[in-house]
Amino acid sequence: MLQRFLHHKTAVATVSLVLLVALIGIFAPWIAPNDPLATDIINKFAPYSAEYPLGTDNLGRCLLSRMIYGIRPTLGLAVLTMLGTICLGALMGLLAGYFRGWIEEVIMRVVDVMLSFPSQVMVFAVVALLGVSVQNVIIANVFIKWAWYARMIRTGVMQHRNSNYVLFSRCIGTPERFVLLRHLVPSIASDLAVLASLDVGWAIINISTLSFLGLGVQAPTPEWGAMLNEAKNVMTSNPTQMIVPGIAIVVLVSAFNLMGDALRDVLDPKEVSE
Amino acid sequence: MKQYIIKRLLTAIPLLLCISFVCFVFINLIPSDPAEVALRVRQVPIITDEAIAEVRAELGLDKPYLVRYLTWLVNCLKGDFGISYVNPSRTVAGELLRCLPATLRLAGASFILVILLSLPIGFFCAVYKDSWFDRIMRGIIFITTAMPAYWVGLLLMWSVSIKLDLLPTSGSGSWRHLILPACTVSLSYIATFIRLIRNNMLENMKQDYVLYANVRGLPQKSILVKHILKNSMHTCIVALGMSIPQLISGTIVVENVFAWPGLGTLCISSIFNRDYPVIQTYVLLIGVLFVMFNLLFDILQSLADPRLRKEAA
Amino acid sequence: MSVIEVRDLCVSLKTKKGLHPIVKNVSFSVNQGECLGILGESGSGKSMTVKAFAGLLDKSFQVSGQAVFNGRDLLKESKESLRRLRGRQITMVLQNPMTCFDPLYRIGNQMAETFAVHTQWDKAQIRSRSLDILERMQIKDPAEVLEKYPHQLSGGMLQRIMIGIAIALEPDLLIADEPTTAIDAITQFEILQEFQKIKSGHQTAMLFITHDLGAVSKVADRILVMSNGEIVDKGEFSHILHHAIDPYTKLLVEKRSAVMARYRLALQKEASQ
Repeated sequence: MLQRFLHHKTAVATVSLVLLVALIGIFAPWIAPNDPLATDIINKFAPYSAEYPLGTDNLGRCLLSRMIYGIRPTLGLAVLTMLGTICLGALMGLLAGYFRGWIEEVIMRVVDVMLSFPSQVMVFAVVALLGVSVQNVIIANVFIKWAWYARMIRTGVMQHRNSNYVLFSRCIGTPERFVLLRHLVPSIASDLAVLASLDVGWAIINISTLSFLGLGVQAPTPEWGAMLNEAKNVMTSNPTQMIVPGIAIVVLVSAFNLMGDALRDVLDPKEVSE
Repeated sequence: MKQYIIKRLLTAIPLLLCISFVCFVFINLIPSDPAEVALRVRQVPIITDEAIAEVRAELGLDKPYLVRYLTWLVNCLKGDFGISYVNPSRTVAGELLRCLPATLRLAGASFILVILLSLPIGFFCAVYKDSWFDRIMRGIIFITTAMPAYWVGLLLMWSVSIKLDLLPTSGSGSWRHLILPACTVSLSYIATFIRLIRNNMLENMKQDYVLYANVRGLPQKSILVKHILKNSMHTCIVALGMSIPQLISGTIVVENVFAWPGLGTLCISSIFNRDYPVIQTYVLLIGVLFVMFNLLFDILQSLADPRLRKEAA
Repeated sequence: MSVIEVRDLCVSLKTKKGLHPIVKNVSFSVNQGECLGILGESGSGKSMTVKAFAGLLDKSFQVSGQAVFNGRDLLKESKESLRRLRGRQITMVLQNPMTCFDPLYRIGNQMAETFAVHTQWDKAQIRSRSLDILERMQIKDPAEVLEKYPHQLSGGMLQRIMIGIAIALEPDLLIADEPTTAIDAITQFEILQEFQKIKSGHQTAMLFITHDLGAVSKVADRILVMSNGEIVDKGEFSHILHHAIDPYTKLLVEKRSAVMARYRLALQKEASQ
């Protein structure tokens, strides 16, 4: 598995890019040249210079530092959203697949309704209901996405429930739950990894969109979507401020999308040979 | 056939009830007391407990949940969605109707763009698979899916309106105002549909009927257009149809970028103003649109496809 | 006189790692009014051979050798002239009748489009010829069948319609690519009878591809046995049965010997007559 991963150039490249970005975000205080919140009104809209490598924004804040600090909410929230989604989805999927009966019936009906609802509008509705804040954005995104994962995991459980090794384990008396989980996890893990990495890209766009509209991360905090919102107002005088965060989002989301495709190749050798 | 349509219509009813119930629960989950809000809306200077109790009785808030839901539902069916919290002189229905035409115009223009661009591009990408055209289009599609719609809007506004000074930056009025928002809204859908049509056609090309058409010596053009394209359109038609309500709801972000006075702008400002009845009705409207369009295009598809037609009969 | 003569035909799949051979140096010829059976298990390259000279392979395959059809080398012909040959001078019957017709068009429409491409007939002529063909294929209510969609007909019916389309324009070469594989036993029998009729009635050369020894014994005069893209055995039908050289052929024959005993008797009777 590791061998195949190391031979897949795209997989290695995208994973290292994402890790690099994450590390930069984690070590932001040591890497960023300036304080992202310190304003320097005299030097506003400054061009590229040694002090401000990417120039400054409308309040004279260092754009590069804001970009580096912005990794934390942008990437962090997206990853958090996906973790929440997978946990909730996995829990519901396992419950439905394992217990069957009316529990499954109820969960799957809810999943069907969730999947038939327009997700874009639901995000706004949930944010409206809970109020504008960062954690509500995450709740809203988890709320509209978990159903996909629940359905996928339930299908996985169903496939494995009646497989020979589970029947065998029942015969020799090993706890069925333990065996099921042990076989289930690796077989679903690849699907899950692919879907999740594609969806991190989706979450980044979604969260930054909400921040852009002022419904997510609020103004002084450097988040890429919120930065674009500020940049919108000074578009005519300082377009750099708008282009840098945008390109950053595109690169990061592309990296996750490519990573999803590459992981699919690495984890599922059948696809490659075809 | 008639029976199938009736059956399909009947199955939509529980789903619609479900959606309406979710919307009803939604407004009852808000932290503030509706009676208190109603008093504030009426600009009663001092809100006493007696006054609240009075309004509760008046609004029927003391009745059981289910009764209140049914009353609300009946009112909704009559077109009465309550009044705006923010501006008590206006009804919710009136607010939505005021903003609806602008959104419909934007969604309509985007839909036309989606069809006009994605059909031919998807077709040629499939026909000339792996050619330079296909490669370039696939590259563009890949980048497009990673671009947030609001940023595309900002880029277009900056390049076309500010740098080149060709079109107005924001607002509405003439058709010139429509171009940039429509391009922005349609961009991601165009990418999705190019991919859908391309992959669907490639899938169809592997089918036996295409081999047999070749065996019979039919000209390529006829095989591509009469057989492959038509077959893939049959599978894409529901997705294309469902893009209409998606476009209507997908305008939220773009409307805000371009200050387009439609439902999206209304929705966002209502969120900021905590104008819950407006949000509730907006969600209800979109939910109902989704169900209706799904129903409509399912029926259309079954009418157009001889295999389904037989099953249905 | 041979209708088609194939010499040293090679087909390779182009992959990233280079050429992957599928058909290796295949040579054979078929005379007018003769039926050549190509026998082999799935994946042995028998369909590929035929698709290669009929121009039905896409760019991912490399084809070399010669395939002379009525004096023209098919492998040197342009795509367009091959298309004009297909469906008129070279026709084919395929394996899965249920999936070979476009589900969205009526049978009549699909028959008509074939004739419209290859002939100058007007609408009325096309219709009367279509009805003729269906009648010749012993299909009841031909006028009604023309108005049906493929999914409304049975596999056997569709297979007979396919054979009808194949012989309608009196081709020089008829290729049957596993025409009995996807059909139930009783219909198989009827379909094989149709092929026998074509053989006795027309001066058409036939290539009959199958993995079914029983089926091929009914119609073929001579047999080629293919395995892994190569011809491993060839000769008269009875010769193959008794003196198979290749182990694979022997295996096939032995497995079938019980069933074949009857056919052998029948053949000997025919030979003695």
